[in-house]
Amino acid sequence: MFALLSRDLRLAMRAGGGFGLGLAFFLLVAVLVPLGVGPEGGVLGGIAPGILWVGALLACLLSLDRIFALDFEDGSLDLLATSPMPMEGVVAVKALAHWLVTGLPLTVVAPVLGVLLNLPVAGYGWLVLSLLLGTPALSVIGAFGAALVVGVKRGGLLLSLLVLPLYVPTLIFGAEVVKRGAAGLAVEAPLLLLVAITLGAGAALPFAAAAALRVNLR
Amino acid sequence: MSLWEYANPKKFMQTSAGLLPWLWGLTGLCLAVGLIWGFFFTPDDFRQGSTVKIIYLHVPSAMMAINAWVMMLVTSLIWLVRRHHVSALAAKAAAPVGLTFTVIALVTGAFWGQPMWGTWWAWDPRLTSFLILTLFYLGYVALWQAVEDPDTAADLTAVLCLVGSVFALLSRYAVLFWNQGLHQGASLSLDKEENVADVFWVPLLVCIVGFVLLFLALVLMRTRTEIRARRMAALVARERLA
Repeated sequence: MFALLSRDLRLAMRAGGGFGLGLAFFLLVAVLVPLGVGPEGGVLGGIAPGILWVGALLACLLSLDRIFALDFEDGSLDLLATSPMPMEGVVAVKALAHWLVTGLPLTVVAPVLGVLLNLPVAGYGWLVLSLLLGTPALSVIGAFGAALVVGVKRGGLLLSLLVLPLYVPTLIFGAEVVKRGAAGLAVEAPLLLLVAITLGAGAALPFAAAAALRVNLR
Repeated sequence: MSLWEYANPKKFMQTSAGLLPWLWGLTGLCLAVGLIWGFFFTPDDFRQGSTVKIIYLHVPSAMMAINAWVMMLVTSLIWLVRRHHVSALAAKAAAPVGLTFTVIALVTGAFWGQPMWGTWWAWDPRLTSFLILTLFYLGYVALWQAVEDPDTAADLTAVLCLVGSVFALLSRYAVLFWNQGLHQGASLSLDKEENVADVFWVPLLVCIVGFVLLFLALVLMRTRTEIRARRMAALVARERLA
């Protein structure tokens, strides 16, 4: 398992691995939105939680098809399927690797982009916390979507279409945490629901994704 | 005599061929009676005027949009558990019908919302959930289209339908949490004091029955088409081998 994890991480870090892609996209969103919306601090601060969460979500979406597609093409997925490790474990490790190279860096740079977007001071802690707790769900759900379309050529658009509605609850609760936190309101309810989604998705979706992968490898 | 008999395509084709003319006839009868009664022989609402008559299209299509997804969920489960091809094909046949009902509900809702709420669209929980349901339907149909091998496609879409159902429910509650709505609550429940008045209710009921029958007829017809297409593909493949 550790071997697979370190292999995936190394592949992602190397040139062409798409490690910086999501981050760059996130940065672009945070720079372009103020240019489009206008520099008024009040407006920007009000929409900053939503923009940051939407940006993180889209940045995550951008690299999803890499989770399984490359391994499927060069046959290493078949090797993994015949290895003693259960398919569910492979999915979980690959989702974890995806989160380590997208969700975690996004979480780390989010406060910096929060400054650009005039996020109210009270919101920073909640922004980091909600991204830290919510982005794993994005990776796991994304791994499920990627497993569904792994056999489809040029499945990128299809993948987005499949995954976007699945992302809705995570996005709503995540953005709600930051919005309420920034406004100084109680955040327990959305935060707990966000954690619930992450834990539930992490527990159940690897099985669904493994089933889809087995179908695709048949 | 058991339900599983109809898992045999031949038996299914025979029965549905006998059933379809009756279904279409009843559908036409119910829809004609319900819609004409509803549109021309019910009074205008004292506050909403004649826009209230959109209810005869809006409510039945919205109900069927959700019921179609439930039907797809059941048939997907049957496919995953018992591997009956007719079941998978029925789910495939139902999806575009459900998608159409969802769009009808959204569009008629917009036409109704414009004069009543002063807006075509509002980010109301019910409206938002329906928009998300549309996305689920679109993704489901697109996945069927994208995967070439029919059995692989059936398996993948069945898994998507199961997972999608859970997430559709989650989204429903997430959206309720996120915004308060303009849309009224249920007004057809059996256990509530305040419902739609009887003058509107009876033709509405006829319309709902008509939409259920319409859905059944369309799904049966489309499933028959799918079975025929599958048979033809098998024949073509056999020709090529010979």
